[in-house]
Amino acid sequence: MPDSVLVVGAAAAGLGVAEALRRKDYSGQLTILGAEPHVPYDRPPLSKQVLAGDWEPDRIRLRTQEVLDGLKAQFILGDPAVSLDVSSHVVRTACGRTLTADAIVIATGLKPRMLPGGGDLSGVHVLRTLNDALGLRAALQAGLTTDARVVVVGDGVLGAEITATARSMGLNVTMTGPQPRPLDMQFGPMVSGMLADLHTENGVTLRLGTGVDRITGAGGAVTGVRLSDGEVIPADLVVVAVGAAPETSWLEGSGLTLDNGVVCDASCRAAEGIYAAGDVARWHHETLGTTLRLENRTNASEQAGAVADAILGSSAPFVPVPYMWTDQHGVKIQVHGTLHPDAEVTIADGDPSVVNEQGKRRFVARFRHEGRVTGVLGWNMPKQTIQRRREILADLSPA
Amino acid sequence: MKVTVDSEKCCAGGNCVMTAPDVFDQRDSDGTVVLLNDSPPAELHDAVREAADVCPSACITVSE
Repeated sequence: MPDSVLVVGAAAAGLGVAEALRRKDYSGQLTILGAEPHVPYDRPPLSKQVLAGDWEPDRIRLRTQEVLDGLKAQFILGDPAVSLDVSSHVVRTACGRTLTADAIVIATGLKPRMLPGGGDLSGVHVLRTLNDALGLRAALQAGLTTDARVVVVGDGVLGAEITATARSMGLNVTMTGPQPRPLDMQFGPMVSGMLADLHTENGVTLRLGTGVDRITGAGGAVTGVRLSDGEVIPADLVVVAVGAAPETSWLEGSGLTLDNGVVCDASCRAAEGIYAAGDVARWHHETLGTTLRLENRTNASEQAGAVADAILGSSAPFVPVPYMWTDQHGVKIQVHGTLHPDAEVTIADGDPSVVNEQGKRRFVARFRHEGRVTGVLGWNMPKQTIQRRREILADLSPA
Repeated sequence: MKVTVDSEKCCAGGNCVMTAPDVFDQRDSDGTVVLLNDSPPAELHDAVREAADVCPSACITVSE
């Protein structure tokens, strides 16, 4: 068992590793290094309640100060790691600290991508951190008074959530992206078609099917987005949600294998005594027979537990059933397992064609691919969706 | 052990139900957490602590 553990990253995954270690009676020295100045906070509400102005930052603290103190860990916040030496286990930070530990956990998350032309213009936003969310919130609130034209570039989970939230605040919002429908690649045509209808019914303008090439500006301020067919959609405020890259720039030259994330074995081990958890980690999922990197909140906690086990000597493979959720226009969609784009989709519970007295549709869809149930998707049916998860577990056997 | 939940903060993730099904349930209508036992017996304490730690909305509080 290592005498000391250094966790690089102080969000859900990093905190989760520290908590899981203590829960499993690890009594060694524990240090948590965070790039942001904030105590660990939760990211999913950033694109929803925080952006809408319904919750203030205090509400998304993952733990009270008392609980953090109880962890008996040293927190170093507001100081990003800048390098790792794999053989000596030395981490250097932007402020000049030199940290070392027997076991090192990489949990540095993601860095949002920017589009060409957008980097230096005012009125262009990304959303990853609390500060990003507060900045975008203020811009949206200001935009309300000027009848601003908001364009969200991004037809994935984050783009769709930001679109829904901005629209709920009363803004004029256009969603753009290359897919024919929001989340088409993730959810397939049936559910993404329902999502497209949902956004349209709520007053969103959808301009989907053509990607955005670049952001246009004049005099240092954004003026619009240019689609790949040359058309320009004018905008006063642009949110870029075109995905994010694993935050591994500080690991260049470290000797670790970096390939769309920190490449790990089946137990989330990147090298001797070095592990990765959360959005940044690509590991070998043994039962799915593939390497996987999951960008979702539930995996951050789950993988944190697996990394803690590995640090404490376990060599058990990390073989979760992937689980994500998204909230848009009051609809909660939850996905357990994997949804193949050409899966056969059947309704397991509820009825997508029925709107109940609360104005909601409710159903669970079962996704079957090559004769096996690989995933279930719930639309406003959380409890029933989890019950259907068993069907995936029953069908999840080594590939 | 005393368990409390903030159902307003709950995001209906259901991770608690998957982790400690004897202590947590979900409402049929919207998946919000239902606490089945606010003083669970000792053999469930580990599972309840884990459920609190993995809750994606941090809405479960455990005091001991």
